[in-house]
Amino acid sequence: MTDKNGFFDLSKTGLTRRTALKGLAAGAGLAVAPGFVRYSQAQSSAPIKIGFQSHRTGIGAAYGRWYERTTAAAVKAINEAGGINGRPVEVIIEDDGTDPGRGAEVVGKFATQHKTDIVFGTLFSHVVIGSAPAAGEAKMPYFVVSEGHHVASTKLNRYVFQPGITDVKSQIQAMAPWIAANAGKKVTQIFPDFAFGYDHRDYLPPALKAQGAEVIAQIAIPPTESSFTKYFPQIPAETEVIYHVMVGPAVLTFVKELGEFYGSNRPQLFGFIDSLEATDINSPGLEFLDGSHFWEGSPRYAQPSDSAAQKAYRAAVGIDDNGAAVGDPKDVSTAAHMFGCWETLYVVKKAMEDAGYKGPEDRAKLVEATEALTEFAEGPEHPQGPKTFNGKIHQCFGIQNISKVEGGRLNVVHKTKIEDGLYEPEGDYTSQAL
Amino acid sequence: MKEASPAKAYALHLGVIALLFALNFVLPEYHHGLLARIMVLAVFAMGYNMLFGYVGLLSLGHAMFFSAGLYGAGLAVIHLGWSVPAAFAAGLACGALLALVIGVLALRTSGVAFMIVTMMFAQVFYLMILYFASWTGGDQGLVVPQSARVLVFGSTSLSLTNPTMRYMSALVLFSIVLLVTLAVVRSRYGRVLVAIRENEERTKMLGYDTFSNKLAAVVVSGTICAASGAAYALLFGYVGSTFASVQYSILPLLWVLLGGAATTLGPLIGTLFMYYVVDITSGYTSAYLLIVGIALILLVLFFPKGILGTIRQRWLGWLP
Repeated sequence: MTDKNGFFDLSKTGLTRRTALKGLAAGAGLAVAPGFVRYSQAQSSAPIKIGFQSHRTGIGAAYGRWYERTTAAAVKAINEAGGINGRPVEVIIEDDGTDPGRGAEVVGKFATQHKTDIVFGTLFSHVVIGSAPAAGEAKMPYFVVSEGHHVASTKLNRYVFQPGITDVKSQIQAMAPWIAANAGKKVTQIFPDFAFGYDHRDYLPPALKAQGAEVIAQIAIPPTESSFTKYFPQIPAETEVIYHVMVGPAVLTFVKELGEFYGSNRPQLFGFIDSLEATDINSPGLEFLDGSHFWEGSPRYAQPSDSAAQKAYRAAVGIDDNGAAVGDPKDVSTAAHMFGCWETLYVVKKAMEDAGYKGPEDRAKLVEATEALTEFAEGPEHPQGPKTFNGKIHQCFGIQNISKVEGGRLNVVHKTKIEDGLYEPEGDYTSQAL
Repeated sequence: MKEASPAKAYALHLGVIALLFALNFVLPEYHHGLLARIMVLAVFAMGYNMLFGYVGLLSLGHAMFFSAGLYGAGLAVIHLGWSVPAAFAAGLACGALLALVIGVLALRTSGVAFMIVTMMFAQVFYLMILYFASWTGGDQGLVVPQSARVLVFGSTSLSLTNPTMRYMSALVLFSIVLLVTLAVVRSRYGRVLVAIRENEERTKMLGYDTFSNKLAAVVVSGTICAASGAAYALLFGYVGSTFASVQYSILPLLWVLLGGAATTLGPLIGTLFMYYVVDITSGYTSAYLLIVGIALILLVLFFPKGILGTIRQRWLGWLP
């Protein structure tokens, strides 16, 4: 038994309080001195730090939760397979509140406080657009999983990439051939009167026209609306297909009221699953959707045709055959989008390895290496399907799924080709200085 | 409230400005960037305080003045290719004009009705931004190109994206607004505003035209908020409808209440406090707004007049 006063008793060590404090201060100073970690730890073993800008709170919280789970699963798989360039990957999460102002601050925090190698993960378009200037100014590679057309529009900057999920312009364009051939030639669009709806308003009509079909009415619904019945008489009687992309909590009311309006004799319905991500397709009020079709990036429900890579991905992320969390059937995933996190991280791994990435001083090399990528083969790293990548517009292109609501689940009835979603580039990021 | 000696008050404010100037050289990179943003938003809070603190008019629509400056400056650069000073002036002009129009209409009401009317006007402004999406970028917003955010002096060009340049620009704006606010509240006009707040009927009976004075206060307040919005667009490169939403009308109210309504430095303290509470707590829990809420309750209990307001009441009666 030692003297109970002995351990911290400075008088017995010959140390004075002053020298002890000096020593402590010197130690603390050394620990926080720039470069301390680098000098003391071989760079080859220091982790690659990825700043994850997550929608933990705000309107995007359901997406944020699943993006975090998918990211954790991908990072675990990458680390178990040896990491990136032999270095482990560490993810640092900051909540952006699904707010563009906070988003920009978070990017700044990753760049200057956490000193991450890249920033990754953002979904909502306004947060991406709000954060992009901060990423460009900090020369911080910013890999988003947003599906917005903003990256491919080349209106952002050279440091912003979207290599893991297709953009909405491509998705809409790829839907047109199937709609014209299988659902009908006369289409009425119902969409929210803000940017997400405008993408559909602007890109669908020319895509359908090219397929010999036409949009005969466009009904924009103000974002403040909570009841929709008064808009339905505007739907022309000759409508063969209603193309709907309502989003947010109002979607349940929208579907219910549409059902009450039409009864059993309705036109074909086609929608984007964005409306119902993280929502059980069997929720009360959604019965009217039975027999209708949806776009899905990656299928929510397990399909008989699922590849081994798709099965392994679903198991790793922890979703059951119905696309809900294993053990909690009410916790429905955002399956149509979240695969983008998994695939983006593997693109980052590939680009970092191609660039021989060692640290933040190699960020420009990482940008160029990412731009040099052209194809991603389907497999464990890209379970959603094969993709091509256009380095000039920093955007990938891939296959899309069209699923039918049958017996309370979504069954994939058609997979598009990559070519269905290709369009002429609108600019060239590589002409911008690094 | 004791009569403040002018020298003491100005010395304090110049001291705060000097401290912020000195911080430019010592702050770590992240806090340096954050403080630049806080100073710009503190200007927003100071504009709000001008109306709420000194005139006693509680507006729930000040996000429209901030975003009038934000869009006025941002869209002038994006669509018209204007230079930074011209765009900043455009932002100010938009804010001043909007404040004049809104003031004329909203000042026909008072109390709760004033809150509702200002909130409704702000909602109209917000929905107009969404409606004219082809110009404003709608809810997604627009990026102000990095190449356009440059101050040109003859052959010298200074990029506002440079951290030091950005910090100094924010400090210059903050300092000007702080000193102008101090001068206004110490002036005869400032006394009239306080008189209106304390007893409008009596002020009228003393022969003052309270409507004109209040209208002038709305315009000054709106212009200051627009200056903050214009600076935000030019310094941080993004304009978006989120900044016109009701949340950004509530925030300056919270910042001012926290720091101390009707104190010149309160808005800075409140903005600083709120920013750091959110920044630190969000690193530990996604329930950080709960912590913010608890902090607010504690402040109301122990600092009912805000941080500086309570300090003034208890210890430093001369604080302006």
